[in-house]
Amino acid sequence: MDIVIENLTKKYGAQKAVDNISMKVATGEILGFLGPNGAGKTTTMKMITNYIAPDEGKIFIGGKSVSENPQEIRRNIGYLSENNPLYHDMPLIDYLSFCAEIQGIEKSRIPGRVVEMIKTTGLNREKHKKIGELSKGYQQRVGLAQAIIHNPKVLILDEPTSGLDPNQIVEIRKLIRELGREKTVILSTHILPEVEATCDRIFIINKGRIVADGTADSLRKQAQGSEILRVKIEDGQPDQIYKALQSIKSVSMVEFADRNLNRFDIHCDSSDVKREIFRLCVDKHWVLTELTPFETKLEDIFRELTMN
Amino acid sequence: MKTIWLITKRELNSFFDSLTAYIMIVLFLGFSGFFTWISGSDIFLIGQANLRAFFSIAYWTLFFFIPALTMRLIAEEKKTGTIEQLLTKAVTDRQVILGKYLATIILIAIALAFTFPYLITVAKIGNLDAGGVLCGYLALLLMSAAYTSIGLFASSITNNQIVAFLTSLFIGLFFHIIFEIIAGGMTGMFGQIINSLSVTFHFESLSRGVVDSKDIVYFGSIIFLGLFLTEVSLAKRNAYS
Repeated sequence: MDIVIENLTKKYGAQKAVDNISMKVATGEILGFLGPNGAGKTTTMKMITNYIAPDEGKIFIGGKSVSENPQEIRRNIGYLSENNPLYHDMPLIDYLSFCAEIQGIEKSRIPGRVVEMIKTTGLNREKHKKIGELSKGYQQRVGLAQAIIHNPKVLILDEPTSGLDPNQIVEIRKLIRELGREKTVILSTHILPEVEATCDRIFIINKGRIVADGTADSLRKQAQGSEILRVKIEDGQPDQIYKALQSIKSVSMVEFADRNLNRFDIHCDSSDVKREIFRLCVDKHWVLTELTPFETKLEDIFRELTMN
Repeated sequence: MKTIWLITKRELNSFFDSLTAYIMIVLFLGFSGFFTWISGSDIFLIGQANLRAFFSIAYWTLFFFIPALTMRLIAEEKKTGTIEQLLTKAVTDRQVILGKYLATIILIAIALAFTFPYLITVAKIGNLDAGGVLCGYLALLLMSAAYTSIGLFASSITNNQIVAFLTSLFIGLFFHIIFEIIAGGMTGMFGQIINSLSVTFHFESLSRGVVDSKDIVYFGSIIFLGLFLTEVSLAKRNAYS
């Protein structure tokens, strides 16, 4: 099932929490939803799950309007909301059975489904406890289990890895990737490496507006413009090397990174520059001891797009 | 219907798991038992084989206990955010409200059922007016149903349980005594209208053993209004819990 959002707007008082957002998520795609706190991620997700109604705009899941077919659509959505609220006084197994039954799973299939979920999310050792007795990481797994117990075609996960330790984060990411093979997944997060590790596409919003949409690589290219190389050249005068580097055609700027060690940062437009630097060094009998391309980090792109 | 029953079962389990149910039943039986059999204008003082003494005590104990039962129903779920997790599943707001409502009514009915031994005892002592007793229980149940719907509404407008409790008591107080007191100082048409708004008026007419459609309509209207307002207030949700 694909998700189509058209001109979504939600206001709280005079403030627009979500401002005219449109997007499409294809079936089987994992979309990473990024943005600083208060950007409107959670509000958008609440509107997709039809918990709150948008002021303007429409949401279609599998071609059907969310507001017109709420019950049908909800059976096809698995939702893990922010802060993972659970009934702490309920035993884990009872809770999962309750969730399965309420989502309309046949009674005879429920015990099997619950066991399967407990296995998938690695809760086997904790299965006889009450939810309130579980640690935060395990509670997060319960939250994930209740979201996928009815095998929904769409998964909406609001910060699924918050509060987990590094090992658990890796496991949950793996699980999400597996689920994402056949399901459409939207997940929101603050953790940027997580998006790169799990998502096919990144969607950045700021103050309710879309500021970027694309794969991690395409965002990098878009943000970068020029490539940066760090080189270290030995056996030559710094100023001489500086001038020679600057005379290379496609180099736009050369900076001293460390004058004493003959290290330079080269801003350039094409990838031919590496070859030319090499040739230059051969001609002048200099020794090239370092040549590192600098990748723009996703963090930098994020900061650039969402500051001010 | 199946979904409503699911919610009801979960709420009932929660009542019993959290000991709320046991405390409520024990306190209810303790209070009503004490004043029916041992102290005040008890059965032996009145010297009649009926449960009037019990009904007039239960009339007050239930008034205080019901807000304590209903205060957490929605307010707590709003505070912890579980209401969001619940309402994004395949349930409607109405099913959730009716499920929670039904669970509370069932718990009160269980508490009332535990007073069955009173009935047997009185029946052994003298000639019991069965119709009157039945009407008394009906009046208690209807009154409880009305206060439960008020309590549920109070619980839906806040995420603070204490606020829910006090709001529900405050609204209940009007029906329980204030209307009666106001009507007492008035005469004529207006006084009658105010008096007919009072729960006491309808409760007494019912527990006297007369089932009048006016009383049923009165309690039915409060129940409907309470549940309707609960649904309205639940639909007005904010993205931030």
